[in-house]
Amino acid sequence: MTGLRHVAVAGASAAGLAAADALRREGFDGRLTLIGAEDALPYDRPPLSKQILSGQWEPERVLLRSPEALEALQADFVLGTAATALDVGARKLTLSDGSVLGYDGLVIATGVRPRALPAGDELAGVCVLRTLDDALALRERLRAGPALVVVGAGFLGAEAAAVARGLGLDVTLVDPLATPMVRQLGPRVGAVVARLHEDHGVRLRLNTGVASLRGSGGRVTGVLLTDGSTVDADLVLVAVGSVPATEWLVTSGLALTDGVDCDAYCRAADGVVAAGDVASWPHPRLGRRIRVEHRTNAGEQGMAAAKTLLGKGEPFAPVPYFWSDQYDAKIHVHGTVPPDADLRIVDGDPGDGRFTALYGSGGRSTGALGWNMPKQGRLLRRHVVEGTAWATAGVTG
Amino acid sequence: MKVIVDKDRCIASGQCVLAAAEVFDQDDDGIVEVLLENPAAAHYEDVRQAAAICPAAVIRLEEP
Repeated sequence: MTGLRHVAVAGASAAGLAAADALRREGFDGRLTLIGAEDALPYDRPPLSKQILSGQWEPERVLLRSPEALEALQADFVLGTAATALDVGARKLTLSDGSVLGYDGLVIATGVRPRALPAGDELAGVCVLRTLDDALALRERLRAGPALVVVGAGFLGAEAAAVARGLGLDVTLVDPLATPMVRQLGPRVGAVVARLHEDHGVRLRLNTGVASLRGSGGRVTGVLLTDGSTVDADLVLVAVGSVPATEWLVTSGLALTDGVDCDAYCRAADGVVAAGDVASWPHPRLGRRIRVEHRTNAGEQGMAAAKTLLGKGEPFAPVPYFWSDQYDAKIHVHGTVPPDADLRIVDGDPGDGRFTALYGSGGRSTGALGWNMPKQGRLLRRHVVEGTAWATAGVTG
Repeated sequence: MKVIVDKDRCIASGQCVLAAAEVFDQDDDGIVEVLLENPAAAHYEDVRQAAAICPAAVIRLEEP
């Protein structure tokens, strides 16, 4: 099997595990090592800002595999240990416990870490949400009923704000842009998200950024906004995006312009592939380099990268997909929403909380959305696959 | 092969239907429905793909 005796996977979350599974499914019977910086067995992140934060699920439910399924993988799990350096030429990884691990093939799946505010995160009561430990700590703090300010109205911020309101907390959602989730959903659907949060009693402070965090006795007490106003806070969740976890690769010689730069086959160098949130690649159909921080991509790209390692690779050309749950709204998007995208409501009415829509850009359909209509949204996906002409896509009658 | 799904975890992505339309469908709320609980061997690869790409790890396969 292409001289591959030992495959190391740096990152033991969704993408790394998908790659490991795919290697076995494709017949790789050599040694397999998964290296995870966290102590936990591989777990799923999307529920962290939903069922875990709300208390609906206990932590055991987020494990991605049963102990039996992990056993069947016949892999060594090196957990609580991070990869700290890579020598591509010598095919060696250095780990945080000081050991050196040789490999024949390497999958880089180290994900992202939360971006921090420029200052203030040393104050007690300022937190981020990325890991299971983060989520459990935040859940515990929410129980005390604090006034919560969520900084950043992207995916994570909007979902966390919804959970906190569901728990009855006083919640303010702050974002420098005019509309929540505008990068993911565009301005018109973003406005529907804004109304949803307002209807549920979240205070939206849009078009204003954070100037600084206010504290007293080492504890956060409020957020000073760039418009000069202050919002009182006992707890601040910083959800201002994330950065690829590539610090450990700076001396490796790999190109790191947007995470780990790969080719269309998810290959970063000889014997090295990358997958998931950390990997960028030139998407064959989109004709540009993208990096996707969504759960489904982690799985799909993990599989694609594994096949490349085994010499069975194909250009990776997925239709990206993501979903978000906020209150009773289930939002599903297939494809992409370019910044200049036009929107067409196909079915239903945003005012009724049930609709489907298409996004179009450059004369073609690029994305399909279902808002509490997941199946119908998925059925519109064919317009994205086929790149249906925008003039006629989803136009009935 | 036996196909087992945990509907409580299903997030209605429909990725399983895209992978194996003969074996999976979605109900009106988008939740997974198994059309063939014991699919024929011709479907095995598609079903394994569906289980692998499900973003909520809903699908479990019992294979002899």
